[in-house]
Amino acid sequence: MSESLFRISPGFEEVMPVEYRELVTNGPCGREVGVSDLGTFKELIEEHPLCAGCNMGLALRLILASLPKPEDTVIVGSTGCSSLAFTQVAVHNIHSLFGNQNAVASGLKRALRLRFPDKVKDVVVIAGDGATVDIGLDMVMQSWFRRERITTIMLDNEVYANTGGQESGMSPQGTVLNMAPLGKRFPKVALPEIAREAGCAYVATISPAQPKRLERMVRRAILTAREVGPTYVQIFCPCPTNFKFRPNEGLQKIKQRQKEGTFQVREYVSPEAQAFLAELEGADHEK
Amino acid sequence: MARQQREVDPEYLFFEAPREQVFITGSEAVAEAVKRGNVDMAVAYPITPQSESMHLIGDLYAQGYLKDYYRGENEFAVMAAVHGASLGGGRVFTATCGPGTLRAMEMFPVWAGSRQPIVCAFMCRGVSLPPSIQPENIEMAMLLDTGMMMFHAEDAQDFFDMILRAYAIAEQPDVHLPAGVFVDGFFVTHTRSAVMLPPEDIKLPAYDPRRAPVPTFDMETPPMRIIRDPLLNKSNFISYLANASWHQEIIAAAERARKYIRRYMGGLLEVEDPFAKIFLAASGTAVSQSREAIRVLKDEGIQVGLIKIKSIRPFPAEEIAAATAHAELIVVPEFNMGGWLAREIKASVDNNRRVVGGPRVFGGMTMPAELIVNEVKNALRDRFGAERTNS
Repeated sequence: MSESLFRISPGFEEVMPVEYRELVTNGPCGREVGVSDLGTFKELIEEHPLCAGCNMGLALRLILASLPKPEDTVIVGSTGCSSLAFTQVAVHNIHSLFGNQNAVASGLKRALRLRFPDKVKDVVVIAGDGATVDIGLDMVMQSWFRRERITTIMLDNEVYANTGGQESGMSPQGTVLNMAPLGKRFPKVALPEIAREAGCAYVATISPAQPKRLERMVRRAILTAREVGPTYVQIFCPCPTNFKFRPNEGLQKIKQRQKEGTFQVREYVSPEAQAFLAELEGADHEK
Repeated sequence: MARQQREVDPEYLFFEAPREQVFITGSEAVAEAVKRGNVDMAVAYPITPQSESMHLIGDLYAQGYLKDYYRGENEFAVMAAVHGASLGGGRVFTATCGPGTLRAMEMFPVWAGSRQPIVCAFMCRGVSLPPSIQPENIEMAMLLDTGMMMFHAEDAQDFFDMILRAYAIAEQPDVHLPAGVFVDGFFVTHTRSAVMLPPEDIKLPAYDPRRAPVPTFDMETPPMRIIRDPLLNKSNFISYLANASWHQEIIAAAERARKYIRRYMGGLLEVEDPFAKIFLAASGTAVSQSREAIRVLKDEGIQVGLIKIKSIRPFPAEEIAAATAHAELIVVPEFNMGGWLAREIKASVDNNRRVVGGPRVFGGMTMPAELIVNEVKNALRDRFGAERTNS
């Protein structure tokens, strides 16, 4: 990132909105801050418009606080609830269409690599479950087959939330939702397993109920994507609005599902990624 | 090889550089254009009759002329990938046709909406059902209102020139719109003709994303807090206004392209025999067939002028109206069933009963000059009686 990206032109300091000035003086760019530092620095996301108690909103805050190098990260989103929040995010982010996010990210990553051969530019896809597992699945999987150096993060709220609560491939079997009037007839798609088989070097499932673990997984995914191959993180963030629970019950719901065994925190690291991360994290540890 | 090429002024490349004649196919002409286009990256997906040109561009990548190239998974994904690469600041190229165009349809207004100077070639063919891989340009009708500029090449020479010139036009800061360069498949792609080429050791200057009127998504270009999309997710007046004004700006950008189309392509149309009372107005290979028909009619004592329409979007409505102000009959032969060019012309001229949409051939049939000759004669007989046909 060039410094001019966020520097305020002299004389304009007073007229810039306060939240922008805070980003310049106390933002996360160029600094070693993470999830544990939340509250002490200006976050990249500003007053998102998602529903009260939205676990996706929480997940998004945690993801953005976990980016290893936000100043050189470009995010590709997709249509859905999360796209409403991305207009508030202070890193370059692209919303193209519903489902094409991994194809856009493939082209973007390659163009950035050829334009900036001496710099690392992280391309991170952040999209909902409908965008990732239904309408965009072919492009998600094809980007993995091609071993594109991108990280794909699914915000899994198990429903098409923004369009009004329709069944998605990630909805649990039996759930009655719009367009599934008799209950969903097939199980939640096993995308983590598909990701592993399709060539992802690192695959993890996590929820915002474990912020530190989420941070570690997101960082590992992005760092692995730089050097080894595509990576996938699936973040379970149940939707209070469509599943009709109170805004303050989100984390409780996640823990309940964990107890039932219908949501598990998991991590798969390919041997190549394992060697890479061991070296990287060993070096970090020695510091 | 790419590293031995030197960047030259576009006008030198287009107009001044010495040219040598070669005998090549339209597909080869595409590759010759991309070779001199200083293109960063291309994404390919096979479909007949487009495939050969993208094979040849793959060869250019292997030879070092392009920095990246791959086969995508389908046309929608390919158009999304070049969109991503262009958002990242690269100069890109791709091509498709027929069902591929329709498969990718959702992306074309996105290219225009994000003001990207993507150049895409369309080697037009039939669309199903029944299946047809044969030449036909009905897909152009479906792209008329995507916001993309559209240029229609008559032959391989046009195809070569228009692809290169499309970059020069599309990348102007006050335009910055995608450009489709169209030919009628097979007739142009799979036949050889004489094409005049400038030397292969010169190329266009590199694309400079810093000249773009919209920021590049590279975390190098301010502002870092950015809203690129129209605010259409919320229902309020601001979002309506943002969306509507943005779309008007896209239309305005295409209007501003007219001066560059005149500069680089010598106008949006060409008129031959401007004082004729009868005109054939056509685009693509229908222009070549019209030339033949005009020769036949001339031998029979009927004087017919020619209007070759090169730019379909923006459309030369005023130029057509001016060129035909004194005309009594305008016949529009087309390689499609819908007759989209005739509709456009009828909407551009006064007294549009002067316009006859036909002949129309489709499904892969050729358009013999006799068909056009008969259309003209029949129209004259219908309108002016038998004596006029022999005048």
